[in-house]
Amino acid sequence: MTKPTIVVDRLHIGIQGSGLDIVNDLSFSIAPGEVLGLVGESGSGKTTVGLALLGHARRGAEIKGGSVRIGDIEVLELDQAERQRLRGRVISYVPQDPASALNPALRIGTQLREVLDTHNYGKNAEERRARVAEMMRDVALPDTSRFLHNYPHELSGGQQQRIGLAIAFACRPRVIVLDEPTTGLDVTTQAHVLDTVRDLASAHGVAALYVSHDLAVVGTLASRVAVMYAGRIIELGPAASMFQASCHPYTQRLIVAIPHLTGGRELVGIAGHAPSPGRRPSGCAFEPRCTFAIADCRSEMPALRPIAEVHEVRCIRAEEVRGQAPTRSGEIPRDGSATTIQPVLSLQGVHAGYRRRTVLHDINLEIAPHECLALVGESGSGKTTLARSIAGLHGDRWGVISYKGTALARVARTRPREIRRSIQYVFQNPYGSLNPRRTIRQIISQPLEVFGNVRTDEVDGRVAEMLERVSLTSAYANRFPDQLSGGERQRVAIARALICEPSVLICDEVTSALDVSVQAAIVELLHSLQRDLGLSMLFVTHNLPLVRSIAQRVAVMSHGRIVELGGVAQVLEAPTDPYTSRLLSDTPSLEVALETAAVS
Amino acid sequence: MLERPGGTGGPARTGGIRMFILRRILQGLLVLVLVSIVVFAATQALPGDPARAILGRGATPASLAALREQLHLNQPVVQQYLTWATGLLHGDAGRSFAAQEPVSKLLGDRLVNTAFLLLCSGLISIPLSILIGSYAALWRDRPFDVVTSLVTLVFAALPEFVVGVALVVLFATTVFHILPAITLIPPGGRPWEQPIAIILPTLTLVLAVTPYVVRIMRASMVEVLESDYVEMARLKGLPERLVLRRHALPNALGPTFQVIAINLAYLAGGVIVVEYIFNYAGIGGALRDAVSNRDLPVVQAIAMIIAGLYVVLNLLADIATILVTPRLRTRL
Amino acid sequence: MAVVSQVVTPEVVTHRRATGALLRSALRLRRTQIGLGLVLFILAIAIVGPRLAPHGGNDFVGTPNSLSVPGALFGTDHIGQDVWSRFLHGGLTILVLAAAATVLGLVLGIAVGLITAYSRNVLDDILMRAMDVILAFPQIMLALVAIATVGPNPFTIILAVGLTTMPRVARVTRGAAQPVVERDFVAAAEAIGVPRYRILLSEIFPNVLSPLLVEASLRLTYAIGVIAALAFLGFTTNPGAADWGLMIQENYIALTVQPWGVVLPVAAIALLTVGTGMVGDGIARAAAGIDRSRGAA
Repeated sequence: MTKPTIVVDRLHIGIQGSGLDIVNDLSFSIAPGEVLGLVGESGSGKTTVGLALLGHARRGAEIKGGSVRIGDIEVLELDQAERQRLRGRVISYVPQDPASALNPALRIGTQLREVLDTHNYGKNAEERRARVAEMMRDVALPDTSRFLHNYPHELSGGQQQRIGLAIAFACRPRVIVLDEPTTGLDVTTQAHVLDTVRDLASAHGVAALYVSHDLAVVGTLASRVAVMYAGRIIELGPAASMFQASCHPYTQRLIVAIPHLTGGRELVGIAGHAPSPGRRPSGCAFEPRCTFAIADCRSEMPALRPIAEVHEVRCIRAEEVRGQAPTRSGEIPRDGSATTIQPVLSLQGVHAGYRRRTVLHDINLEIAPHECLALVGESGSGKTTLARSIAGLHGDRWGVISYKGTALARVARTRPREIRRSIQYVFQNPYGSLNPRRTIRQIISQPLEVFGNVRTDEVDGRVAEMLERVSLTSAYANRFPDQLSGGERQRVAIARALICEPSVLICDEVTSALDVSVQAAIVELLHSLQRDLGLSMLFVTHNLPLVRSIAQRVAVMSHGRIVELGGVAQVLEAPTDPYTSRLLSDTPSLEVALETAAVS
Repeated sequence: MLERPGGTGGPARTGGIRMFILRRILQGLLVLVLVSIVVFAATQALPGDPARAILGRGATPASLAALREQLHLNQPVVQQYLTWATGLLHGDAGRSFAAQEPVSKLLGDRLVNTAFLLLCSGLISIPLSILIGSYAALWRDRPFDVVTSLVTLVFAALPEFVVGVALVVLFATTVFHILPAITLIPPGGRPWEQPIAIILPTLTLVLAVTPYVVRIMRASMVEVLESDYVEMARLKGLPERLVLRRHALPNALGPTFQVIAINLAYLAGGVIVVEYIFNYAGIGGALRDAVSNRDLPVVQAIAMIIAGLYVVLNLLADIATILVTPRLRTRL
Repeated sequence: MAVVSQVVTPEVVTHRRATGALLRSALRLRRTQIGLGLVLFILAIAIVGPRLAPHGGNDFVGTPNSLSVPGALFGTDHIGQDVWSRFLHGGLTILVLAAAATVLGLVLGIAVGLITAYSRNVLDDILMRAMDVILAFPQIMLALVAIATVGPNPFTIILAVGLTTMPRVARVTRGAAQPVVERDFVAAAEAIGVPRYRILLSEIFPNVLSPLLVEASLRLTYAIGVIAALAFLGFTTNPGAADWGLMIQENYIALTVQPWGVVLPVAAIALLTVGTGMVGDGIARAAAGIDRSRGAA
């Protein structure tokens, strides 16, 4: 077995000035040319681990123990100046948000060159210039000085991220840490970036740590995967065995929460949330949410032990867990068949724009009663503009939008009360859609005040009822939004939208800002509410596989037009439009990754 | 994946920086015109009889009539405004009531003196405050920062005349006796011929302005030091000095230009009080006397000068901000 | 399927919030306490002072500028009045004028700021241009221009200082309100048809309170400074009456001989302005602390 490039041993990172841990007892190694995926949801500590490999801790965090060895170098024992010399040259970092990681006031050529200059790469300026050109070609960007003359904001997100990759690979480091580098990118761009990463890593023999919350992406890229929960690695092993026969309850639940492109599946989320530092129980951290939990789980933290060759797990019941791989249950039945009932929502020749720019072109669409139509597209496709136009939040619109036969005014405020009540909207950002200064009760009951058909003494009762419906207790009514997690806030937003019994619910990317397991729970909630309340729903998302778990029909949008419209199964399995086909093939999918892994 | 319905605006406007500067200059001129209307309205278009107010109750009808003639009070208001405004453009600001000589002659020397005082104060306070603010941010929460924060808080709150009088009490009259309390410049002389005399006035103005710029510089620098791109620069292995000089400082300066401009313009107001304290022969002192004497032409002229200074400084600040922030240039 | 109906219970214990909590946490900071102490101290002198003064503000008690007049603790001023008594009488005018001007400026400025932040149309541009015009003058400058024309009466001063406070408050309010207007909860209220004024009052305004509280104390500090400076330049509402700013000017000449006529009022104004400044800074820090503990939200 080849000697690993980087070995991390019992890494311990805590909150500065307190005894609280962020990350503890973390050990792994990466061989040259290998990609190790580090998976975890928000709060697991994965970004902190990535930075620690460079000997860096963010404000408030402190590396308290453990070791990081790259070859002969013990990173954590180096002083500040030595670490500086190491970074960029021996070990590099690719940040999550390329736009904010590039200095807005410097040209990209300068930012590329300074890495080479600082580490004295090559013998002279001529060689460095050549290396810059070579790097640009490696990441499929123009190598002209004209292009290098640009400022970061003049590039697209994908180009910015490729610059980030170029900077990281510039000095031919031995280790690279990639921190969710494709978050916020288009599926297509993401696919390109992942290919670039794979090629560069194998070409240079670089050991890569790929930090992500997206199991599907990790599955396509990494040969081994480590799963983190509450600051520790709870399972570490080859990607194929992890995904097909995982041994830890959390990993299993995570996999089951991922939407699949093929075969309709109900999504199953995980109730509760991960404990934050300082709130972690003394026994196994996952125990409160675990269906395999027994009394022994609470008494002490399980150790990371091998369960197979090169496969370790942190669970005392791992063998039984492995045997009970969760069943992938149930098709979501029905494909919307053509009906002659009048559509509840109908769009004819709808155009919309911003000032002089047209963003939506000739949209024709119908939603039948009690049906869920998914609206899929990448960023810039116009799907949110369309959703907002229907809701009356986007005034620059022409064409006809009708609700039950009645044409709708452009601006919500000018619409009759009945219509405003019947069409409700749930926003994408759970952190922005609730007024931080109001209690949950006030937020949920706001529509009741406006549509005014409830007595004041009944309000509390209705609020409590809605909270129960979205699986929150009535104790939440007195809390403020900043005391709730993202998933909880989204449930409140849903409660607010449904309290006045609308007929149409528009969900605008309501799960994009949430973790995979939370996303699954929210989608499940919406699905059951739609069924129980007989809602018609427009579900806007960029996440194609998710569509399977909630919608009957799907409309695919690109550049402001609908390019494909049909039943979910049909569109996903046999698309007729080339754009849809490309979108499907570019979407990282766990099943495809497993098949490729099984074959190889 | 956020699709931002706010839109990034239409196609980039043509012309870029030059058009922007031109547009800003035109905007500034518009503001100046509006300001002149306000100044004029405040002094001459108010109800009541300025002539009577100036000459007092014991004025004879003949002298009142003569004064009204001299002040063009018999013309319609708009005409009066235009007369005054066009006069201004030619450098003629009318005649002073109190001194019976052209305002421009009266103010000429004083303007130079005040300009010199403002220049000295500005040249000292701005680099000083940028330096102090940057280091306070760099050594955040350490003794230097804590002390600076307290000191700037105190001096930002104190009115300038309190600072000025306190300085006089401290250094000139009561505690020490090393500096003069009054700037005695012989008529026809220039303040730079008497450097000791301008120490205290300059110091007062510097203490009036530095606290604000220090605070904004610190806040701006702290934000920049916490930014992703500064972290990224460090993770690239760049030496700390380079990180500060090339990555942190230029981005921190952008937001401060506006504040610097506002504060320099604010000095123009502070100068009124400071010149009074130290009996400095500048336009601030002239303004004070003019108000006391109800000498309206002088008041109008000085108001326009100060407003003009403010507009020019803001214009320069806006242009400087654009130059330092490339991102804003493509939105032009 | 059973999982979704498993009810989620909140993790965090509740605690009351809103402006009350902000002020309470501000009060826990030492600088706010010191500042508040200073303000109350000077306030007490200004309000109760006239009752405690041994002489009237204009009573002649002895030789001018003399430190050895019996019954005059801090000596006599330039025309023989008791410095101590004049000092005790001299604070009220400044405080009342400054408070009134600040309130005027705040009310107008907040209204303009909120409206321009929310309207985002032609009205926005016009109002902000108007604010720019007023901003072209230093506060004291505009007050002087007004005084030159109409004379130094209380209403002129309050109006002049209040109107020059307005655009500064408007700028801060607008700056704080603009990001709030972009937030989705405002769009949510618009979507269900809540009338515009209600959105301004109950959705937007409560979310800009923190920076506004800071700005309010800042504006009060400057208003006191400007009005005291006006008196110092000789433009008081009531010539001859006891007024701290006027005292400084009157007794300035005799500074070498009789410092107290200047030092007492200077100290009082200094402590007052520093006090309000510290309170404002304390509120700003408390607000920043709360924002930080809320995290990225």
